[in-house]
Amino acid sequence: MDLLIKLNFIGGRELTKSSIISLKNITVSFNNQIILKNFNLDIKNGDFVTLLGPSGCGKTTTLRIIAGFVRPDVGDIFFDGKRVNDVPAHKREVNTIFQSYALFPHLNVYDNVAFGLRLIKKSESFIKDQVIKMLRLVGLSDFSNRDIVSLSGGQQQRVAIARALVNKPKVLLLDEPLGALDLKLRKDMQTELKNIQQQTGITFIFVTHDQEEALSMSDTVIVMDKGRIQQIGSPQDIYNEPQNAFVADFIGESNIIDGIMKKDYLVEFAGREFECLDSGFSPKEKVDIVIRPEDIEVTAPLLGHISGKVTSVTFKGVHYEIIVDIDGFKWMIQSTEIQLPGDTIGLLLQPDDIHIMKKSEHSGEYGDYRAFSDEMYEVYEEQGQKEN
Amino acid sequence: MKSKYLSVPYLLWMLIFTIVPLFLVVFFALTDKNGNFTLDNLISVGKYSNVFIRSIYLGGLSTLLCLILGYPLAYIISKTPAKNQNIIILLIMLPMWMNFLLRTYAWMTILENNGIVNHLLSFLGFGPINLINTQGAVVFGMVYNFLPYMILPIYSVIVKIDHRIIEAAQDLGAGKRKVFSKILLPLSISGIISGVTMVFVPAVSTFIISKMLGGGSSILIGDLIEMQFLGSSYNPHLGSAISFVLMILILICIGIMNQFDDIEIEDSPQKLM
Repeated sequence: MDLLIKLNFIGGRELTKSSIISLKNITVSFNNQIILKNFNLDIKNGDFVTLLGPSGCGKTTTLRIIAGFVRPDVGDIFFDGKRVNDVPAHKREVNTIFQSYALFPHLNVYDNVAFGLRLIKKSESFIKDQVIKMLRLVGLSDFSNRDIVSLSGGQQQRVAIARALVNKPKVLLLDEPLGALDLKLRKDMQTELKNIQQQTGITFIFVTHDQEEALSMSDTVIVMDKGRIQQIGSPQDIYNEPQNAFVADFIGESNIIDGIMKKDYLVEFAGREFECLDSGFSPKEKVDIVIRPEDIEVTAPLLGHISGKVTSVTFKGVHYEIIVDIDGFKWMIQSTEIQLPGDTIGLLLQPDDIHIMKKSEHSGEYGDYRAFSDEMYEVYEEQGQKEN
Repeated sequence: MKSKYLSVPYLLWMLIFTIVPLFLVVFFALTDKNGNFTLDNLISVGKYSNVFIRSIYLGGLSTLLCLILGYPLAYIISKTPAKNQNIIILLIMLPMWMNFLLRTYAWMTILENNGIVNHLLSFLGFGPINLINTQGAVVFGMVYNFLPYMILPIYSVIVKIDHRIIEAAQDLGAGKRKVFSKILLPLSISGIISGVTMVFVPAVSTFIISKMLGGGSSILIGDLIEMQFLGSSYNPHLGSAISFVLMILILICIGIMNQFDDIEIEDSPQKLM
């Protein structure tokens, strides 16, 4: 026993940074359809981690494995270093905020929040103390006796947060908890959740298909597609250094162009050579090039590296979204200056605007902005709602 | 304005077939043969208090058995794949397509002293057991006939309970027993009340089942009322008085049960009484 305490003490500093949840070689399938294949994931204690991906990518399943609602066909789940495959959901030290909130309709706000503490037989005075403190944290102090059905979506959301957090779980799982809120409220709740996470230091595992939400809230973003992890990194890494065409396309807008690496720091695309910051490719290697629409500088046709004809302009508030035809490939540019359809403009590309990725299975899946619309994201959202 | 006229036929229907008969029952219960006001009928109902007690006891026992059998079954059905649920519900409803009288008559022949059950028991060496004409047979007949009325309302409530609410309870640390007592039971109480009402009321006032399976040895209120109208001891005034008392007793029972239903749940099926 003494030895154990000593070991913990010595390891103390590493332990705080150590992984609190590990998924090892997880495979899950429903009805012969593989959802997760050979999935590995480590989640660090105290992190705000987001699982980001389109509907059906396996992100919710991953969350449900951690919560204990789904048993993997193959593989192990470790919690704080202990294997928890056989630990049922009600004995795991995690709490979940469900997409639909799943509040108890027969209990009022207070009793909903007190539910978990009552199960572990805490004294009513202790429970009262904790529940009131938690309701204050989520701004629902005056709502103790209200019926669940009389609350708005945002208020129900807060009750769900309080109900989970009051148990002081080591890990909080959030399954698209903001999906049903309107834009303004969603933004507020993002900030609030982030604050709560920082105040409590609880590990948050957040599932979303909204890339902006993922980027603005997380310490670490895990981009998933088709049951596999595509990239793990900080929001900046994910945005600035996407590892493949899928990540580049899913996170933000991007022009993904075929190119050939001439040599280190020199790449050829769009009919000419560009200096770049990437190296380590074999000579003449075919690559995918990502250029973010906001990085492109618009100039006079003759002053640009390349030039093309404007085909459409959409006002987006902060900027104009300009589609430019360059030798038959439609680029997207975001600029604060208006251009007129039919005009010819020049584009300037600096070396640090050009990001080069190795060819992957996703190469060629994403064309240009020929048929650009928001449809794809709408489809994702619809599927997301159906799935849940 | 149109909807106002649409309700007229129903109001008329209720007036002719509900209000007027109710009034007649009360009128008969409070008058003698000459149409003079009297409380004698109601007072003489007291002589049959043992029949009332027996009816309520057997009806209550049947209701309890239906609940014990029906609730788990309703829960299990709600957990089976959706496409199988309809088939199981159909199977539960299927006997109800047959005439009530015919079903009870069939049980009479099955349970009689040289019926199938006793043949089987003799074959196994347990000797013939007197099954028919016992209170047990009456309770069995009631449970058999009224079980679907318990299962269906409970099932229709349980099937609407969001499984994510169950998951949320588990997530917060509730094991199977706590999920049942803290979530499932309170959320299905309206179904239980409907089921109990739908079984208890006809069970208390049945007369065919006790007549056929009880052999007249243990008459119930229903038999008593029947006798006053169709039997040898023709006395509609006493029959009405018994009906009147029975109605009041049932109303009290329902009132007590509804006290448990202080929970307002969205989409709860309309109570039938």
